Amino acid sequence: MPDTASDLRTDPRAAPLANEPAHVWPAEGLSAIPDWVYTSQAIYEREIERIFHGRTWNFVALEAELPEPGCFKRSHVGPTPVIVARDRDGRVNAFENRCAHRGAELCRPPSGKVTELVCPYHQWTYDLAGNLTAVPFRRGIQKQGGMPPDFKLQDHNLKQLTVTTRGGLVFASFARDMEPLEDYLGPEILADFDATFDGRPLKLLGYYRNTVPANWKMYHENLKDPYHATLLHAFLVNFGLMVAGNKSAMIVDPKGRHGTLASARPPEPKVDDASKREMRAFSDTMKLADDRMLDYVREFDSPWSVTMQTIWPNLIVQRELNTLGVRHIVPNGPHEFLMVWTMFGYAGDSAEMTRHRLRQGNLMGPSGFLGLEDNEALRFVQEGVTRSDPGASYVGLGGAEEGTTHHLISEAAIRSMYRHYREVMDL
Amino acid sequence: MLKGFEATAVPMGAARDARAEIEAFNAEYAAVLDAGQVDAWPRFFTSDALYRITGRDNADADLPVGLVYCEGKAMIEDRALAIARTMMFAPRYLLHQVTNVRVLALADDAIAATANYALYETLVDARTTLQQVGRYYDRFVRRDGALLLRERHCVYDSLIIDTALIYPV
Repeated sequence: MPDTASDLRTDPRAAPLANEPAHVWPAEGLSAIPDWVYTSQAIYEREIERIFHGRTWNFVALEAELPEPGCFKRSHVGPTPVIVARDRDGRVNAFENRCAHRGAELCRPPSGKVTELVCPYHQWTYDLAGNLTAVPFRRGIQKQGGMPPDFKLQDHNLKQLTVTTRGGLVFASFARDMEPLEDYLGPEILADFDATFDGRPLKLLGYYRNTVPANWKMYHENLKDPYHATLLHAFLVNFGLMVAGNKSAMIVDPKGRHGTLASARPPEPKVDDASKREMRAFSDTMKLADDRMLDYVREFDSPWSVTMQTIWPNLIVQRELNTLGVRHIVPNGPHEFLMVWTMFGYAGDSAEMTRHRLRQGNLMGPSGFLGLEDNEALRFVQEGVTRSDPGASYVGLGGAEEGTTHHLISEAAIRSMYRHYREVMDL
Repeated sequence: MLKGFEATAVPMGAARDARAEIEAFNAEYAAVLDAGQVDAWPRFFTSDALYRITGRDNADADLPVGLVYCEGKAMIEDRALAIARTMMFAPRYLLHQVTNVRVLALADDAIAATANYALYETLVDARTTLQQVGRYYDRFVRRDGALLLRERHCVYDSLIIDTALIYPV
């Protein structure tokens, strides 16, 4: 995480004022999103408590990042630093990266392999499940000092999270009694999740990291907003990757939390004249000099050539043709989030298939033909809602419909997300 | 350190000449990008060139991913076309500083070299920021007397990109 402590001290937006106006949702209901969900520090703090630290499964790692006992990775649940580690028995654990002694964020390397974790400050030592195993000078020295007689190691473990895995992904929760991940996702979302994570071992291809100067929820909204895809992303439109007339769906789970933006590219992409007129971005004359990056190698048991899954609250699963990645959202106050992209293929990929995924990777990420446009657009929205006279966004596309839609010209999935959000947030 | 770019013994005089030539090349390359002439950028590459921008963590772990990953000049031209014609982003200026050219290996018509770079970005309505610092890992070849890039890996130390990296590095 970037160190923004100094910004928080000087940023007047960060400190909630005693006379901060009450947060009352606009009378229009779900077709209006008030600016303060994106800008209020008080709302942000409630989100950490009720969403990221609440009854949610949060993505923390790929199992491929922890191939052997002793492997660990620094990660986050919401903004909270955690360590994910594979212990001697091969089990994956997650616990807070905060020494039980003085609170130091004890683990510093992004990943590695160890037999135990030692806080550098006073050398309190933990095992790979986060249990305290030793403290120096426990009995003092020459019968002086040391821990009190009733000191028990097991009372000072690192705060341990509930962990589950599926298809090579590791999820953690601060809740002790979470429902199984399968129930949390639901069958509608699980179908496309399992199409991507189909049992083939994953092969790590690398990372991108970027900040976005926007509220973390906007990233979910952007991928629950199929309307923007054919309008903002000229690249998609011009090269037939996603066009308003293609077979598409915006799938939403019954609780409205998760989503799958899905589209099937026809074998011969064609754009009809009516769609061309609506899409200012369209140009008939543009051609790629090397169109290998548009190739789609059919490898998934799925009718869709693209599925972008928003898994509440901190994960995006990207399957755009053959370029695959998970995006981990780490919020950093209401005005910024960190995005960690972990790109992968499958262990059985040929050298050429790996290079195909890498070439297609030009679409996504903070330099991606599509990815960078999203980041720019979200920045524009955050600046708009922060700097202007307080108001609300209008999300009336598709009327009052909510839930799954089988076309792209709707904001139903955004409304579904806010129905769930308002319930959890008591707004 | 990128695998395959180990330093070898290079005679001092030959290294000095190569360094001067690479410094001139990098100055022209930066001038084109800093002027916003992205359509002129592909001319610095051979037809079979590899151009990649990746984080130092990926380079150190030998992970192949690129923020930008162009195999061949045609893909480099497509990147230039996308920036110029399809991509939406706020207007900005860029300024490269390229220093510390180091010649790693010299063969008949091929040079392996590194250079450090700093890339400053100025959005037209905001303060100047340091977008990234990093190192070029280059393989040059000589065609018709002039150097061209056959490989350029831009390996950045600044692992957390601020919002988006739009233009080539």
